[in-house]
Amino acid sequence: MAVCIAVIAKENYPLYIRSVPTENELKFHYTVHTSLDVVDEKISAMGKALVDQRELYLGLLYPTEDYKVYGYVTNSKVKFVMVVDSSNTALRDNEIRSMFRKLHNSYTDIMCNPFYNPGDRIQSRAFDSMVNSMMMQVC
Amino acid sequence: MEQGPAGGAGGGAASSGGSGGVLLALSESEQQRYSELFSRCCPPPEAAAAGGSSVGELFRASQLPPDTLHQITEVCGAKRVGYFGPAQFYLALKLIAAAQSGFPVRIESIKNELPLPRFPALKADGEAWYGTPAELHPGKFQLPQAALEKNSYKRADEGDKQEAKSPPLSPICSPPASPSTYQRMALTYGYGKSRSGLEQQHGAPYEVRHSAHQQDGPGSYGAKPALACSTLSRSLSVEQEQQDSSSHYSDDPWRITEEQRDYYVNQFKSLQPDLSSFISGSVAKNFFTKSKLPIPELSHIWELSDVDCDGALTLPEFCAAFHLVVARKNGYQLPERLPETLLPEYLQAASLKPIHDCTLFDSYSEALPGAQQSRDFSRAEPSAEEAPASPALLQDGKKDDKQALQGSAALKTIPKEFQHLTMKTAAQESSALRARPRSRSYSSTSLEDAMKKGEEPPTPPPRPQKSHSRASSLDLNKIFQQNTQAARSGWLPPPPPALPPRPSVSQTEQPSEVELHPQLSRAPAQAEESSPAKKEVVLAQPPSKPARRKLRPEAQGLETPELSPTISGTSALPAAKAHLPAQKQASKQKRAIQTAIRKNKEANAVLARLNSELQQQLKEVHKERIALETQLEQLRPVTVL
Repeated sequence: MAVCIAVIAKENYPLYIRSVPTENELKFHYTVHTSLDVVDEKISAMGKALVDQRELYLGLLYPTEDYKVYGYVTNSKVKFVMVVDSSNTALRDNEIRSMFRKLHNSYTDIMCNPFYNPGDRIQSRAFDSMVNSMMMQVC
Repeated sequence: MEQGPAGGAGGGAASSGGSGGVLLALSESEQQRYSELFSRCCPPPEAAAAGGSSVGELFRASQLPPDTLHQITEVCGAKRVGYFGPAQFYLALKLIAAAQSGFPVRIESIKNELPLPRFPALKADGEAWYGTPAELHPGKFQLPQAALEKNSYKRADEGDKQEAKSPPLSPICSPPASPSTYQRMALTYGYGKSRSGLEQQHGAPYEVRHSAHQQDGPGSYGAKPALACSTLSRSLSVEQEQQDSSSHYSDDPWRITEEQRDYYVNQFKSLQPDLSSFISGSVAKNFFTKSKLPIPELSHIWELSDVDCDGALTLPEFCAAFHLVVARKNGYQLPERLPETLLPEYLQAASLKPIHDCTLFDSYSEALPGAQQSRDFSRAEPSAEEAPASPALLQDGKKDDKQALQGSAALKTIPKEFQHLTMKTAAQESSALRARPRSRSYSSTSLEDAMKKGEEPPTPPPRPQKSHSRASSLDLNKIFQQNTQAARSGWLPPPPPALPPRPSVSQTEQPSEVELHPQLSRAPAQAEESSPAKKEVVLAQPPSKPARRKLRPEAQGLETPELSPTISGTSALPAAKAHLPAQKQASKQKRAIQTAIRKNKEANAVLARLNSELQQQLKEVHKERIALETQLEQLRPVTVL
């Protein structure tokens, strides 16, 4: 279960960011922002090869002592960043991949909506509910 | 838990007295039900007011949208008063019943004859009270009802039909006294097993009410009791038709009436004449923007109605979307999920035949998650398909190259004239084709891949007429590399080493050509002399070829014996074009290109010389002009004066 999920546009501004309500949510925003550098690095490292050879799932971007950050980038350079609690050791790579796949699917559903202009903030309730289902349930 | 009936009677009296301005006319059943619900919500010590959280839970269990619940809370006065007293509670229950029947949440609506409010999601409390049968028979009723309701929900539609058997009894029938409750409980539990209609009459009303919400509306009230399933289904359909026609009762805002449906279909036709096709997203966007609803709401409506999320609206999806727009404009809040009556399967079936509706009811719960699952699965499938497709394409591309180099027997049958021509263009094509799949492994459509694959197979045959020597392949590859400058790197495997003799011959030919060049004279092109094969091949170098060919006959005397075989070869060309060995053509090609390059360079030199001469002339002319001007000036003062 993620602690923070963010969707970043191609120009590196956030389209959607949602974190578990804690006392210091800005910390997550900052983490996501710094992880964008790592994402760019990974993209450019693989970018010499052709686009299709680059995998969408970027894997663990960097771990800190409290949490881990995973990244995923689509073909249109929209990035998904997920921050996961480090104490949650039960989460395996496959699960992270499946979560990203769900995110990607929901994102394409939003794209299908003609009233959504790419580059707008994401305000879809379906997307919200899907993200909520993936966030850690803090009672 | 205190005694239910006693508390209920007391509560009923209190409610009628305490409701103040709004006189709640509660029927006996309603009183009983409300009192039991009230007593559920407020633990005994605080009999005055119901606990807010349990009330909230109860309201949420009614499965109304949250904004409706907010409205209800406001209207019933709990917000004003700050707590849920009995009056507010009962008023709220009435409003819930009204909302569930489809009336808007207003005080006036409670004046109507309403069924009891339904709380489908109520499970936990009932189960918790399971163990104390003595006093809690009204509460107990909710337990078996809730449990059975779950069972019946999961069971097939026969359960629905059977439960609808005794609807006329439901509003009036009140729970009997306690001794018979145990019988009823036994009956209700035995309901699932026995399908006889008589026993169910007592227990059925409550289950009917619980199951009625599944049919989304007081649909069961008009049916006649019947035993056979077919008659039940017919009766159910009859109810719905009655409802559709008698809109005053089934005022469910999410049900499309016939006139509305016709109107929507006409609108659909105006946008898209083919009723079985769909409206694209942009067309629909323009259309719905005309309704002047704010964009976020339109976006939400689209999300609700486009069930398969394909960016286009089929006829039922369009009707659902239009209906939501109409409802929103009339003041109804948009639901969080698409109501069952607006699901595409429901609308399609309703447009076809009403009889099928009942069979669809049980498929709703499967249809919606099924649709979502299928969507996710289908999305997973194309991505999985594309991933193996692209490596397959890459492998095909590599295979093609290998085939081209190794050669195959069937290729010789292709006429040689076309080989060079098709070789070049096809190789360019194939190189472009092979490069494109690589750049689009996730997003390329299967159709494009199929097209590319379809274009690739024809190309290999022309290339490998390497039956004669590998040198020709070397030449060809060099030619291709020269021509396809932007070729994707690496797709051409390195050509095999060429046979030494051939290149050396061509090299020795080249110096002789260089000697010949200074003797160039631009005679009219002798296209007939140049081989037709060369014409086909070297399309870009026509001027040099005829000149070169022309040179050969002219300079025959100067030729070395080495050249004569080649010249005889070239002269033999027009006569025996079909028999030319491949490597001669290839080497001549190469020579042709090289001579063309040389020709161009010479032309450049000549033109440069010409340019310099003309520049000099220009300077001279300038000098003359200056001289003339000075003369003029010298003369002018004379004339002016």
